[in-house]
Amino acid sequence: MIHSLFLINNAGDIFLEKHWKSVISRSVCDYFFEAQEKAMEPDNVPPVIRTPHHYLINIYRDKIFFVSVIQTEVPPLFVIEFLHRVAEMFQDYFGDCSEVAIKDNVVIVYELLEEMLDNGFPLATESNILKELIKPPTILRSMVNSITGSSNVGETLPTGQLSTVPWRRAGVKYTNNEAYFDVVEEIDAILDKSGTTVFAEIQGVIDACVKLSGMPDLTLSFMNPRLLDDVSFHPCVRFKRWESERVLSFIPPDGNFRLMSYHVNAQNLVAIPVYVRQNISFFESGSSGRLDITLGPKQTMGKTVECVVVTVHMPKVVLNANLTATQGNYTYDPVTKILVWDIGKLNQQKLPNLKGSLSLQSGAPKPEENPSLNIDLKIQQLAISGLKVNRLDMYGEKYKPFKGVKYVTKAGKFQTGKVVPKQSSRLLFDKTK
Amino acid sequence: MLESSKESLKLEAMKRVVGLIAKGKNASELFPAVVKNVANKNLELKKLVYVYLVRYAEEQQDLALLSISTFQRALKDPNQLIRASALRVLSSIRVPIIVPIMMLAIKEAASDLSPYVRKTAAHAIQKLYSLDADQKDHLIEVIEKLLKDKSTLVAGSVVMAFEEVCPDRIDLIHRNYRKLCNLLMDVEEWGQVVIISMLTRYARTQFISPWKEDGVFENSEKAFYESDEEKRKSAEETKPYAMDPDHRLLLRSTKPLLQSRNTAVVMSVAQLYWHLAPKHEVNIITKSLVRLLRSHREVQYIVLQNIATMSIQRKGMFEPFMKSFYVRSTDATHIKTLKLEILTNLANEANISTVLREFQTYVKSQDKAFAAATIQAIGRCATNISEITDTCLNGLVLLLSNRDETVVAESVVVIRKLLQTQPSEHSDIIKHMAKLFDNITVPMARASILWLIGEYCEHVPKIAPDVLRKMAKTFHNEEDIVKLQTVSLAAKLYLTNSKQTKLLTQYILNLGKYDQNYDIRDRTRFIRQLIVPSERGGALSKYARRILLAPKPAPVLQSAFKDRDRFQLGTLSHTLNSKATGYLELSDWPPMAPDQSVRNVEVAEAMKEWSPAVGKAKSSKSDDKFYSDSGEEEDEQAADSGSDEEGGSEGSTRTPVSLSSEAESENSETSEDSSQSEKSSDSGTGVKKTTTQKNKKLQQAKKPRKLVSVCDRVCVCVCQQLSSPVFVPVHTYELLHRMTGKGLAAQYHFSRQPCIYDDRMISVQLTFSNNGDHTLENIHISEKTSAGQNIHCFSPIECLEPEKSVTVSMGVDFNDSTQAASFQLCTKAEGFNVSIQPAVGELLLPVTMSEQDFSKEQGKLQGMNESSATIAMTPESITSQPLHRKVVNMANVGVVPSGQNNVHRFAAKLVSSGALVLVCVVQKDSGAQLTVNTEKTIIGSMLLRELQTVLSAP
Repeated sequence: MIHSLFLINNAGDIFLEKHWKSVISRSVCDYFFEAQEKAMEPDNVPPVIRTPHHYLINIYRDKIFFVSVIQTEVPPLFVIEFLHRVAEMFQDYFGDCSEVAIKDNVVIVYELLEEMLDNGFPLATESNILKELIKPPTILRSMVNSITGSSNVGETLPTGQLSTVPWRRAGVKYTNNEAYFDVVEEIDAILDKSGTTVFAEIQGVIDACVKLSGMPDLTLSFMNPRLLDDVSFHPCVRFKRWESERVLSFIPPDGNFRLMSYHVNAQNLVAIPVYVRQNISFFESGSSGRLDITLGPKQTMGKTVECVVVTVHMPKVVLNANLTATQGNYTYDPVTKILVWDIGKLNQQKLPNLKGSLSLQSGAPKPEENPSLNIDLKIQQLAISGLKVNRLDMYGEKYKPFKGVKYVTKAGKFQTGKVVPKQSSRLLFDKTK
Repeated sequence: MLESSKESLKLEAMKRVVGLIAKGKNASELFPAVVKNVANKNLELKKLVYVYLVRYAEEQQDLALLSISTFQRALKDPNQLIRASALRVLSSIRVPIIVPIMMLAIKEAASDLSPYVRKTAAHAIQKLYSLDADQKDHLIEVIEKLLKDKSTLVAGSVVMAFEEVCPDRIDLIHRNYRKLCNLLMDVEEWGQVVIISMLTRYARTQFISPWKEDGVFENSEKAFYESDEEKRKSAEETKPYAMDPDHRLLLRSTKPLLQSRNTAVVMSVAQLYWHLAPKHEVNIITKSLVRLLRSHREVQYIVLQNIATMSIQRKGMFEPFMKSFYVRSTDATHIKTLKLEILTNLANEANISTVLREFQTYVKSQDKAFAAATIQAIGRCATNISEITDTCLNGLVLLLSNRDETVVAESVVVIRKLLQTQPSEHSDIIKHMAKLFDNITVPMARASILWLIGEYCEHVPKIAPDVLRKMAKTFHNEEDIVKLQTVSLAAKLYLTNSKQTKLLTQYILNLGKYDQNYDIRDRTRFIRQLIVPSERGGALSKYARRILLAPKPAPVLQSAFKDRDRFQLGTLSHTLNSKATGYLELSDWPPMAPDQSVRNVEVAEAMKEWSPAVGKAKSSKSDDKFYSDSGEEEDEQAADSGSDEEGGSEGSTRTPVSLSSEAESENSETSEDSSQSEKSSDSGTGVKKTTTQKNKKLQQAKKPRKLVSVCDRVCVCVCQQLSSPVFVPVHTYELLHRMTGKGLAAQYHFSRQPCIYDDRMISVQLTFSNNGDHTLENIHISEKTSAGQNIHCFSPIECLEPEKSVTVSMGVDFNDSTQAASFQLCTKAEGFNVSIQPAVGELLLPVTMSEQDFSKEQGKLQGMNESSATIAMTPESITSQPLHRKVVNMANVGVVPSGQNNVHRFAAKLVSSGALVLVCVVQKDSGAQLTVNTEKTIIGSMLLRELQTVLSAP
């Protein structure tokens, strides 16, 4: 299974190494650097690299390469999934998964890695169990530790690992018992210029923050569960209940976790919350071009569209942009050729517009492909699919918890301007985050 | 600092040391100082010391030995976590000298009470194995033991150890197979992945292929699978192929895992379905795989690779999701290429126009490598779908005027390949390309054009020599590959059109002769000898035309994923398309199903396994409930149909029954009840298959059975439930001695399970062993001599090797009498008359009932239905335990919970007629009053006699 792990930053420094079996020299990473050089961009590094004696499986997250060394046959997804878990665990512990955070907490990182894998096989990957074994650092605790000399290793030994509910620790106590659920939806859609949907689907997740005492048994039901097309659950969810009654029945882990993720299919009409009118053209002569983009809200069910950002990847020949925005402000980075227009809230009365000219490299031929737009947006208090939580019941404990549900809709990339033969240009919502 | 007496200082020092290790700096010189702290009380310090030890012990073996005693002490600690962590570190120190200590520790830990420690032991097995492979045999023993473990915590780790140490010992899995399937849902995610891939391999060796019937249900499979059990059952029965119930169990227990949040689990279930499920059921994995595509970039990469392999074989699976494979401009290059690959695989006549339109966008992409790959994909579509070849060609020719060089070059190469399939109609394209020749600089493209012109010079007689002329001019500036093609072109033209080109050819051959590249010099020399007639040669030049202008077969444009399916999906080897170290080949389906009884688990084991788990809160959650529910339902239904049939046949045919003399004289009702027509037994075999499956399921459910038996006409009012038999040591009886059987020996015992073939039958387990020195073939039952007794034969045993034995089960309906069932046991050569003599206690099936019900029923069975006796009992059997055991050993009865200490009640029913049999033992000072109540008085008196002997014996 997983033999060793190297953490490598963007500059190519190996800043952490951990071996679970015998030590493998860090020179094995040279093969990785070779592949990295060939790939040019970090995103293009192949996840599985072959070397004469080992196999390197890597992931790229938060500007860090997690490179694991494998010696024998293993399902690659197994390793990839595990590495992502490690990254998520760092994020959970230190707030962010950056090189600085890892270097600052190198001892905790080491202790974590030691607990997560034994002989290369995952041992404890549930954050609840790990937090019992190794307490996450807080400012208060680090101060107390430095004064009293006590440690951040759990004094009591974890019970969760041994119980029948491995994701929850025993003896949880809160004075305020609360359970919050966030329904977050993201739209993937392709629209053509006339605004008709070519392809649309909704990805949703329900993230939960449950702080309840004891061993509560929750049941969450939806008003319209038939909407959900394809679902995947946290292991705590009883699948049989879902199959038969379409309710989520589970004993929750303590704290934050992702309860389920789901997919709403294109058949169920997806309402697209905004529309875009765009016109980008380059002139054959005179090495210049014109840009004109207008955005407007549409089908938002009375909610405001917020945090609207338009990003345009310009062709390489575009040197500079001279534009005026009626709302928000824009920046153009001539190095990466990215134009960003931060609009903010969409106003029904006054539609935001960005207009102006582009200057092109003189002499260069006019770009054949029109650039595409990516649009980012957010709508609070609305799940665009129409999914609604009906009720949350609790069994097994006596107290009355405080319950809350929040809905958010987001959209990622919004690509337009692709000239499709015999078809008008299209818009493309993509997933980001 | 490490020497300091203050703990906080030590801790600080240790933290710095760990920091050094993390950075990859050498901290080995601190070893002696660190080792001293191994026995420290501070938990964190201890952990950090462990980290250090594991890292450096291999380098400083002698010093590491100092710490061993600490671990040995910790292994005996009352706290399970300390025991576990001690074992972990002990096994992680790679010091060969301590192998015996490790071995001992592992053996001890494997029988530890705590599942967590056992899990650690399973991990330690792998570590020890990698340290010292000679320990293999001992380790296999431990693995075997741990495989029997019922804890979900252990399952994953031990299967991992199994895979690492002895993946070929498939025989260890048999008996644990069903347990693993049932536990799977509750095992932690990582264990699931390992177990599923192991079970995939296992299933490929143990079940026969479900792929015989192909695509019949291609369209309706979604609704078909949707766990409508009844429907599936009937559908399955109509098919000639019946899936092994264990095979079905595996598929069913893995299906919910498609919904797992762990992508590795989903992928492993997908590969399991791909490799094991009947073709029409594979489609359920599609949606889940497509879902994975929204995960991280790395996950996408692996999943797309697997989809690419799948989509070659089965387009239909992914076609509805084609839009999910559209390339986004933000995708990484390798993901783009894979998506392209899949789109190409999915293209067919119906959707090709959409695909091509999509491709046209890609060609304009700024990522030129990707654009080139798209052109290749268009080429593949064009060859695969002949309708669009012309459209594609025209499109590609348009691309020839593209500004970008790579695009043009790629188009030329693809056009060359396409033209080869139908050259005659496209001479204008060749002409066009010849015109463009001057502008193209990419060597591969130039070479392709030259080859095309050479190959089809007869179609373009005017242009070809002209191109050669131009080439002659620029020859020395060209790349090697172009030079080679020029030489070939010259040779071909020389043969077809020697008038115009003779001089040119001579010139080019001369140029080639003095080239720097030896390949070109070689080729030139060869061509010259071949085509230019000289005094000496000439033998070959006669054939030159045939050699150079032989018609060449068109190249087949095929996917790079064509042969990837030789690797198991989802594996590293599949990703790399070459065998990775430690890859285990997936075997082909066996032509014949191996013996499936090997997976039968003794009830005793099931009971033992089950009993401690009852207390777990989990039992309500897992699939147990599901299984037992559905099983129950079906059984009721089966019983229904059985009794219906019987009702119809009762009056019509009644064969005379020769009962034992006692029976005849005593009770006429017995014969009426028990006489059964052939027809009813037929109906019994009719439902046989379903019953078999149900019973298997029931066994797996391992829950007290709740069979409401409808044929219990005696007391419908009382809620009677069959209970699972109490486990007793197996009494084996001899059926056929090896002397009489000429080498074949047979033994039988009563399994005390409800018979799977018919409710009225008693199941008998036969064990055949071959003690002779030659193989016995075709062992079967030929004639059933005793009338009125239905016997359900076991399926014939094809052959039995010497020194081997095999166990089969059969069902016999004894009609509630102790008359022996006689039949002829035949081998290929001979036949032997044998008989099975049932003990009266084996004619019963235990029944659970409450104390009240018991007395109520007893009240109904007074008078002549009651027989009683007083017995003297030895003092040691006064206590209830030994008494219970004695009774239960003798007869298959269920214990009725009793409020009084001195009264013991047992209840059972006769298997065939369903009449109740109640036994009551009332203890008195030195003896006991024994009462048996049943309407079958013969049975009653026989049972009474037997019980008397058993109980009065010391």
